[in-house]
Amino acid sequence: MCDQTFLAATFGPCDSCGKASPLMNIYIKNDAINYCSFCMEVMACQGLQSGETLASLKKESDSLKKKLEEERGKLNDIELHQVAEKVEMLGALSIKTKRLLKGHGNKVLCMDWCKDKRRLVSSSQDGKVIVWDAFTLNKEHGVTLPCTWVMACAYAPSGCAVACGGLDNKCSVFPLSLDKNENLSAKKKAVAMHTNYVSGCTFTNSDMQLLTSSGDGTCALWDVESGQLLQSFHGHTADVLSLDLAPSETGNTFVSGGSDKKANVWDMRSGQNIQSFESHESDINCVKYYPSGDAFASASDDSTCRFYDLRADREVAVYQKDSVIFGASTVDFSLSGRLLFAGYNDYTINVWDVLKGTRVSVLFGHENRVSRVRVSPDGTALCSASWDNTLRIWA
Amino acid sequence: MAEGSKDQGGVGTTDPEEDSPNMIVYRKIEDIVTRIQDEKAGGVAIRTVKSFLSKIPSVVSGADIVQWLMKNLSIEDPAEAIHLGSLIAAHGYIFPISDHVLTLKDDGTLYRFQSPYFWPSNCWEPENTDYAIYLCKRTMQNKARLELADYEAENLARLQRAFARKWEFIFMQAEAQVKIDRKKDKAERKILDSQERAFWDVHRPVPGCVNTTEMDIRKCRRERNPHRVKKSVYGVPDDGQSQPSPIHISSQPTRKPTKEDVQKEITFLNVQLDRHCMKVSKVADSLMSYTEQFVEYDPFVSATEPSNPWISDDTTFWDLEASRDPSQQRVKKWSFSLEEALKDPAGRDQFLKFLESEFSSENLRFWLAVQDLKRRPLQEVASRAQEIWQEFLAEGAPSSINLDSHSYERTSQNLKDPGRYSYEDAQEHIFKLMKSDSYARFLRSNIYQDLLLARKKVSLQPRRSTAHYFLAGDCLCAGNNISHRQAISRSRKYKTVRALLVPVAALPLKCSTYHQYEMLQSS
Repeated sequence: MCDQTFLAATFGPCDSCGKASPLMNIYIKNDAINYCSFCMEVMACQGLQSGETLASLKKESDSLKKKLEEERGKLNDIELHQVAEKVEMLGALSIKTKRLLKGHGNKVLCMDWCKDKRRLVSSSQDGKVIVWDAFTLNKEHGVTLPCTWVMACAYAPSGCAVACGGLDNKCSVFPLSLDKNENLSAKKKAVAMHTNYVSGCTFTNSDMQLLTSSGDGTCALWDVESGQLLQSFHGHTADVLSLDLAPSETGNTFVSGGSDKKANVWDMRSGQNIQSFESHESDINCVKYYPSGDAFASASDDSTCRFYDLRADREVAVYQKDSVIFGASTVDFSLSGRLLFAGYNDYTINVWDVLKGTRVSVLFGHENRVSRVRVSPDGTALCSASWDNTLRIWA
Repeated sequence: MAEGSKDQGGVGTTDPEEDSPNMIVYRKIEDIVTRIQDEKAGGVAIRTVKSFLSKIPSVVSGADIVQWLMKNLSIEDPAEAIHLGSLIAAHGYIFPISDHVLTLKDDGTLYRFQSPYFWPSNCWEPENTDYAIYLCKRTMQNKARLELADYEAENLARLQRAFARKWEFIFMQAEAQVKIDRKKDKAERKILDSQERAFWDVHRPVPGCVNTTEMDIRKCRRERNPHRVKKSVYGVPDDGQSQPSPIHISSQPTRKPTKEDVQKEITFLNVQLDRHCMKVSKVADSLMSYTEQFVEYDPFVSATEPSNPWISDDTTFWDLEASRDPSQQRVKKWSFSLEEALKDPAGRDQFLKFLESEFSSENLRFWLAVQDLKRRPLQEVASRAQEIWQEFLAEGAPSSINLDSHSYERTSQNLKDPGRYSYEDAQEHIFKLMKSDSYARFLRSNIYQDLLLARKKVSLQPRRSTAHYFLAGDCLCAGNNISHRQAISRSRKYKTVRALLVPVAALPLKCSTYHQYEMLQSS
């Protein structure tokens, strides 16, 4: 079939293959079809009876979505907070700042606890990464990265290394040496390479694998030693802003949240997207698993935090208040999962009762946005990092 | 439901940029300030206040604003209302008429509302030339209220140096602005001047104050006007020297979904429809029981014994956790699930010990080996996988485990191309086996029960209270060279304990360590 010399009326991405090329514009059963000549021929050969145009596929997808909503709706027999009415009310909490970590010269963007429950690593906008013994306020290590906005940092499970990354589109791993004089920057090893900023990173259960999320819309699993990409995760249609590994010892899943307002659960082995949740009205800035691994919470720019259960496959709680109008940037659960700590762009940390859905406390203290909150591994303290250049330990 | 104020404002409701994170907050704040100013609908009274010889037009007191916020946004604590109000001020929507620092005070301090022209949602990114014109203009106007503050004078000096060549131009612009201003009504000018000042307080804040125009760099790409066609506050034409911002990479228009994308979506949706899900009531019960089980271990909800290190500055809690003897509370956790038991290294050790006593430790050792395999660097994976096969699954393996034929087949297939997940099936199968069989027996075993009920094998004096482990407080002993008993009786906390205390482990007494004592029944 001689098709190369048709008069193209339009040029653009083909509805079928997505490549930009001269398009043939035809109509099939009142549906507009704008395919490049190759796809048009393929379709013609497959027979027009299959009638699978983009429009008809979209219709099918929409009707499936509706059906799914209906099916899930049938399981929504009661609200979590209603069931939780029989749970005892929490006593008044008295949480105060117990430590104030000063030392960063610019906004602190991220922090992570070490498994020894007292050390932590923090990274800031000026490229500095500091390892602290938060108990003694001692700064144990300091590295300066050549890039600014180090948005992600993580402590290795062994406590012997830290990973960090950000605007340099990379995530690098530094071994922590006991020798204070050793230049840590020299031992830096770039592990993850993305095509846009690295928004989050975490080690899996060992020092040998690193999981990263990026502004390029993907997450990726890397082998630290070789720097090889083990698995990549595609599915988000915008920046991925956060990720969290499932707490189970045998688990192989993680959840990610992004600017496409979706939270996706992934299988690390296959790279498949297992479940997806879309109920936020704006970017999801942070996702965190509930300690049992059966549910997770998210923080969003729509000023709400939400609680999703994986077994019911739906949102089961929303944490919001009329007076909370600024975006939530970070969340974490207390050890039992009863409390949800959320950091906001209004400089406060709200403490929510996960089951009852009410706010139990507000923590004032920071003088600028709270960028990250993390409960220590044994649940004894909460660390918050802020744009006011400090970190606070609350207990 | 917190309605994202997409439906407010009328302008640009279909504009995709309205969804940008900053815009969402601005619209919410705008909704609030619009409501506050609407006197008929319960807003505050905006009045002209007489002060000395002059009148102050269009002001409201801080206390009124705080009251309104508490009433209309259901805020119980005035501190919270003040905090929110201060943020609204910091973003430039309200401002104190006689202070550059934008905070809200719960008293008679007078505030004014910002003109919508100057609202941050208009995406102002005023240039230094504009700021220079503004400061210059202020020096030309001979009014006490327009005097420059120290930091502003410093800024002006810096700008004069930076724009030395352009200064004549700036001066001219400033003069032009002064002329325009003179034509305005006196009261109107007061208001406009203050609003203009507040605008600059937001974009050139007082040193030490938060610059609320700073943005999260991850969100910058989606800002309106990404190519930064600058809009001058004073109508100064852009001289074209401005560099495109390095952060504002040309935003790609969101890719239109292709057939493949939609097909993938359909497959995904079909999988979701096939998934068996639980009812919310069941899920809620499960979440509640999990939380209830662990609440005693949660330091934010239940008291930590002996104390939370962060509060008391005493690391005993951590020392105890690290010690070889796990506490009863910790041992109790192992009974919650096999996962919990294996999570705790001490639990793992005890379970292994138990299995060894039953000569069935190969299951757990296999499980541990597979866990370890998954944590190896890539290049070691293949060899390690082979080693595991040899040890546990091969013909005549030394620690042969019992796998059903199906899993065995799958695993040997996987090993043709060994990877980190080659043993997933087998591991899951063995885990289930341990859970249903050995784990239950472990919980009933002496090894576990002894730890749970804190029975110790050290021989002790008769009439022991077995279940009561008792931790002595800061022992004064070693430091003061006194006996255990004397130390305990001195320690105020245990004054009432008259019984004889006997150290369980014959450890040297140190001031900084805690020792476990068993309390004898009082004779």
